[in-house]
Amino acid sequence: MSIFRRIKNKVTRSQHQQEINAELQSHIEMRIADAVAGGMSHEEARRDALIRFGNQGVVRERVTEADAGMFWDSLVRDLHYAARQLRRTPAFTFTALLTLILAIGANVVTFSVLNALILKPQEDPRSKGLYTIVHQQPHYDNHSYPDYLDFKNKNNTFRDMATYRLQRAGLSVGDSAYSSWYLRASGNYFDMLGVKPALGRVFHATDEHGPNSAPYIVLSDDFWRTRLGENPAIVGTTVRINKHPYTVIGVAAPGFHGTDVFLWLDFWMPIVNSPDDEGSNFLSNRFMHSLFVIGQLAPGVTAKQAELNLNAIAQEMARIDKADEGLSARLVKPGLMGDSLGQPARAFVSAVMLLSLLVLLAACANLASLFAARTSDRSREVAIRLAIGSSRWHVLRQLLSEAVLVSVIGGALGTIFATALLRGLSRWQPFPEFPIRVAVTPDAAVYLAALVLSVGSGLLWGLLPLRQIWKTDFAQVMKTGASGTTVLRRFAIRDLLLGTQIALCTLLVTASFVALRGMQRSLHAPLGFQPEGTFLAVTDLHMGGHNDKSAPAIQKRMIEDALRIPGVAAAGVIDETPMGTGGSSTPVYRPDTTDFRQSNAVLSAKYFSISPGYLEAAGTHLLSGRDFTWHDDAKAPNVAIINATFAHEMFGDKQPLGMTFKGGDGPPYQIVGVVEDGKYESLTEADWPAMFFPLDQAPDSDTTLVVRSQLPAAELMPQLREGLTRIDAELPFVFQSWPDGMALVLFPARVATATLGVMGLFAALLAVTGVFGMAMYSVSKRFKEFGIRVALGAQSLQLMRTALARPVTMLLIGSAVGLILGVVASELLAQIVYQATPRDPLVFAGVAVTMTVLGLLATWLPARRTLRVQPARLLRDE
Amino acid sequence: MARNDLQGSLDLLVLKSLAQLGELHGYGIVLHIQSASDQLVSVEEGSLYPALHRMEMSGWIRSEWKLTDTGRKAKYYSLTKSGRAELEKAEKSFEQLVKGIRAILRYA
Repeated sequence: MSIFRRIKNKVTRSQHQQEINAELQSHIEMRIADAVAGGMSHEEARRDALIRFGNQGVVRERVTEADAGMFWDSLVRDLHYAARQLRRTPAFTFTALLTLILAIGANVVTFSVLNALILKPQEDPRSKGLYTIVHQQPHYDNHSYPDYLDFKNKNNTFRDMATYRLQRAGLSVGDSAYSSWYLRASGNYFDMLGVKPALGRVFHATDEHGPNSAPYIVLSDDFWRTRLGENPAIVGTTVRINKHPYTVIGVAAPGFHGTDVFLWLDFWMPIVNSPDDEGSNFLSNRFMHSLFVIGQLAPGVTAKQAELNLNAIAQEMARIDKADEGLSARLVKPGLMGDSLGQPARAFVSAVMLLSLLVLLAACANLASLFAARTSDRSREVAIRLAIGSSRWHVLRQLLSEAVLVSVIGGALGTIFATALLRGLSRWQPFPEFPIRVAVTPDAAVYLAALVLSVGSGLLWGLLPLRQIWKTDFAQVMKTGASGTTVLRRFAIRDLLLGTQIALCTLLVTASFVALRGMQRSLHAPLGFQPEGTFLAVTDLHMGGHNDKSAPAIQKRMIEDALRIPGVAAAGVIDETPMGTGGSSTPVYRPDTTDFRQSNAVLSAKYFSISPGYLEAAGTHLLSGRDFTWHDDAKAPNVAIINATFAHEMFGDKQPLGMTFKGGDGPPYQIVGVVEDGKYESLTEADWPAMFFPLDQAPDSDTTLVVRSQLPAAELMPQLREGLTRIDAELPFVFQSWPDGMALVLFPARVATATLGVMGLFAALLAVTGVFGMAMYSVSKRFKEFGIRVALGAQSLQLMRTALARPVTMLLIGSAVGLILGVVASELLAQIVYQATPRDPLVFAGVAVTMTVLGLLATWLPARRTLRVQPARLLRDE
Repeated sequence: MARNDLQGSLDLLVLKSLAQLGELHGYGIVLHIQSASDQLVSVEEGSLYPALHRMEMSGWIRSEWKLTDTGRKAKYYSLTKSGRAELEKAEKSFEQLVKGIRAILRYA
């Protein structure tokens, strides 16, 4: 009988009652008719039929009960019973609830992030068939503008293709100035994504007529609301961006903040326009790979077909222009700024999801063994109920309702707790300098997942111990009490559960140790500079309306000003700091090269522009040669300082000082110094060649003033700010200590470590409660036996061995298995957390010590109870 | 040991009647059991209808409102596939019960 029929019975009760009445009535009438046909009078026949039928009301009642009572009524009854049972054992209920709140809460948080990061962007109708086009080489996400145009115009697999680049500028609206992040996007950007304006209009492909032909911006809804007070009169007004006038033509649709999930921009500008003098050079340069390209597939085209199509175009482009040699294309999911950030982020979140599910699994194993213990304590009650006619299925269902009830309550509380946490996370802006916001709001999918996890885990830990209900001979239990012969076998299941739980917990503890240790080591890894004790003042001189050519003079004044502050040991300027936003690469050629195609390059080196004194301020050691001086200017011959890897890769064992190389067409650079290797983009990177040019010979408006000083930040910053204001009062600066400035680069490792730390802590808690519960139970079950043994002269040590042998054995076996699993799993971790290696004696020792301490903690109370056995009292009690 | 209670016997009788005659209403089942047992067994309506509804909920039988030969509306019951399987089980367990009872009666 279908469940729907039952529900229908319940819902349409009155109609159902009528149907039952009709059925019974037809029975009576048929009997009357037969009796009348047999010669009885109608009156007589009717009396006879009614008497034979008996009490109609009672029959009706019983029929109704048979129909409906089987489902809802019994469900409600089961829940009442379950609630009563749970109230009777508050300790168990409390432990179970706490465990579930933590475990399910952790899962809801992780799932929400997974949902926001991976699942939801795919559901968005706007992103149907939307892909980011990156190169086939990993960590190579950006394209040049001419390449984008070729891809866009020559393909026959995309409905449309758009491009954008992230930029930063000083925005002045009336009297207020903002340091804004914005996108310079191709004209078709909004139309391709189907984004409508909330106010005014958005820009279109038809607005583009060559460089600086479209001085318009479209504000984001978020910026318009939070910064401009939803002022509708803003549309049509002129604002200043890096001191250049721009017209606000509209506000984008609410909620739209670009295609990247965690990036919140202030406005969009047509890509052909630039608020900087040099800002549009890339439009005609095939070598400048600085754009993200997104495309929407034509209907019916698969990603594979499109990829083949684009690669064929790339090969054709390489034949036409040597700048495109080796060009390739690969389609990846949009939303996380290309693949180099997206791929590891997705992998990491999926890995954490797996870990949280493991935590939940461990929690279920924990609850299952507790529940099994509790059930076996109730075996006499269960036996009685079976004896008076309950079916096994009925008893089982009631126990299961208890498990599911606790799980659903725990899951609900866990979800509330997780939602609060997520609300905090959404408000959190991890980097004040960057427009990053982790806006994760739980939606229907999250609540559904929470419900499924709750009910699922309830069924899991409720069902595992129920085998004992099915298998136990209750007649035997009635005779001998709860501690019958079946106890030993039942212990075997619980042992397995405990072992599994401890193995899972050890796995998590190992993983968090590996991550913590990797983090600790990577923080002390040689960076090639000493961030401690240095402060940064970051700006882009474009924001003050200066250009690259005039930059070095201003930068020199900034350095001189900083050096005048008493207590400043050294100061220098670099365009963008390593381990910050800097670190672009360019090919390096031998001095005799004339054909500058990529395949003729010796190596590819990261390049920086630095002032004299930067190396000292940054604490980068000069291995040989000299630092730049202010005489290395535009008129002097080109010079460069290279790092050790550069020297080794280009010159082998030969002395590099005085040697030359080329960076392309133009005069060669002479090497005047060699510095130590360093980290330039991330902690996990391998050693890269790097080179430094003097500011005057490679001017750049990007400016980071590096100041080394023993002064506390509170004392230094105001003086620094005052000096810089004197140079240009309108230039916006971001002041921070260098370690803070590295936050963005260290963010993934920090998040990974924090997450794994929390998971490890959960796991440790679960291990303690698991072992504790098991040991406590095994002691309490055998209390009487211990009493007798003490009376017979057993030593406390012997008793303890008997009581704790099983939990401790399980702890040992489980830990060993977990440690092995942890070592395997940590190979994966090594990709995210730098220097995370499980083959670290400290990790092994750490895990061993932790599990031992946890074991001692968990068995301490049970052991004490064993030692306090007083046989006389015990025996009297029975 | 199979389940051998009174309820089990009533189920058996109803299922068997439906198996023999195909489709019957409640009154028809009462008449059939009476006549087939030479008036030795009579079924109480007070137990029959709850049993019919319970068996329907268990999916052993299905029901349908139809007109009788005399043009009266009545609810007709027939066996389902799982009802047939149930009947086989019930028959076996009943035979065991009879054997068991006979053995007890013969015990001297």
